[in-house]
Amino acid sequence: MGLLERFENGDQVALARIISRVENRRTGYQDILARLYAHAGRAQRIGLTGPPGAGKSSLVFRLGELLSASGKKVGIIAVDPTSPFTGGALLGDRIRMQDLSLDPNIFIRSMATRGSTGGLAEATRDTTMVMDAFGFDLVLIETVGVGQVELDIARACDSVVVVFVPESGDAVQAMKAGLMEIADIYCLNKADRDGAERLVLELQSVLGLRQRTNNWEYPIIQTQAINNIGIDDLWQAIKNHREFCQSDTSPEDRQKERIANDLLTIVRGKVDRRLRSVLRDSETFEKVVADILAGSTNPYSAAERLVAELSTALTS
Amino acid sequence: MDKIRVLLAKPGLDGHDRGIKVIAAALRDAGMEVIYTGLRQTPDKIVSAAIQEDAQFIGMSILSGAHMTLFPAVAKLLKEKGAENIHLFGGGIVPDQDAAKLEEIGVGRIFTPGATTEEIVTYIRDTARDLPEETL
Ligand SMILES: Nc1nc2c(ncn2[C@@H]2O[C@H](COP(=O)(O)OP(=O)(O)OP(=O)(O)O)[C@@H](O)[C@H]2O)c(=O)[nH]1
Ligand SMILES: [Mg+2]
Repeated sequence: MGLLERFENGDQVALARIISRVENRRTGYQDILARLYAHAGRAQRIGLTGPPGAGKSSLVFRLGELLSASGKKVGIIAVDPTSPFTGGALLGDRIRMQDLSLDPNIFIRSMATRGSTGGLAEATRDTTMVMDAFGFDLVLIETVGVGQVELDIARACDSVVVVFVPESGDAVQAMKAGLMEIADIYCLNKADRDGAERLVLELQSVLGLRQRTNNWEYPIIQTQAINNIGIDDLWQAIKNHREFCQSDTSPEDRQKERIANDLLTIVRGKVDRRLRSVLRDSETFEKVVADILAGSTNPYSAAERLVAELSTALTS
Repeated sequence: MDKIRVLLAKPGLDGHDRGIKVIAAALRDAGMEVIYTGLRQTPDKIVSAAIQEDAQFIGMSILSGAHMTLFPAVAKLLKEKGAENIHLFGGGIVPDQDAAKLEEIGVGRIFTPGATTEEIVTYIRDTARDLPEETL
């Protein structure tokens, strides 16, 4: 039986291999995605992000446990950074989730950022779509909330949970890196530690300043992932957010927005790859660099000219 | 070639993971993606994790002396799950005659204490080159 048939029969080995093909952008991956797309569109996508060590994996584990117990099928994607110097990565999120490894309702996949800007957001979206097509009811995506790319991934989700800890005061005050602003739900984990109440107050005061585009009341949920406390509340908040979104916009509008978003990401990825390969092989590019070095032109005027030339090359 | 993905696991009850963490860091520094699953892993959890991660390699560190049960258990599960393409190797205090027996059931190299991280990196790279390209 072929890989795709096995996938469609619910074979996890096939799912894992297809994810690799997509992640490695191996020949034919687009055809696979095009075929699987017809099965996708049902899964609820939930992003969990936040500073390193905040307890994201521990929370994903608890949520996975809770959801599986109620019969839900859950795909989990855990993203960790690739070292920009060696291209290698240490993917350690499974350590906190290994007890879910034998759960037939759960599938966990670790992904490295592999350095490429934009590419990660694309590969992660594709993997989410593949899991969706496989038939998971929910896809949980863990990213470290530090870079723009991670924020892009979070934005591709239906609901975003930003995880803080009692020691996150400075980050909250600084509204760090847009982290505060992408949250639909704030989760204060490690609430067993000193300073939790104070951080809730800080969050509330900062939240008062947040720009609102609708009437969603941002909840602040206190959890203790290690003690399995507050997980029901967190899940309830996620459900509430989903219900709110469903009442706030029509299904067609949401569908449209999701499609537009996905399409833009895919096109951007394709143009970017095309651009790189055209630029790399381009003598003009080398020459322009030399010209700038020699002082006969500057990057601004040269870029203008290059873009004009490239738009011809890109469409050919 | 695809990125090399290695799942490192520490089955059994002995509670030290310093050694395996050193290897994890060395493999990462050699440009590989290392999935570390932590202490006290059972064979079925290791195999299930390796399948989900689509790792080409499973590296197990066994210092407790239980290598003659743990390696065969993992090898057997890999076959049962249709994942025998995953290359199993390891580290531990394993006498030569045991290593030979394990080789017969498809286990790769067992590195004994004193092996350098360079040797392990080279071994993985060489083996990866010979792994069959799977087809659709
Ligand atoms: N005190 C306390 N510790 C916790 C809690 N939840 C998680 N931890 C601990 O915090 C540490 C980090 O937990 P992880 O779940 O790995 O955190 P993470 O955000 O996924 O970490 P990275 O993926 O490395 O960014 C572990 O030692 C956990 O045991 C909690 O509610 N209270
Ligand atoms: Mg984590």
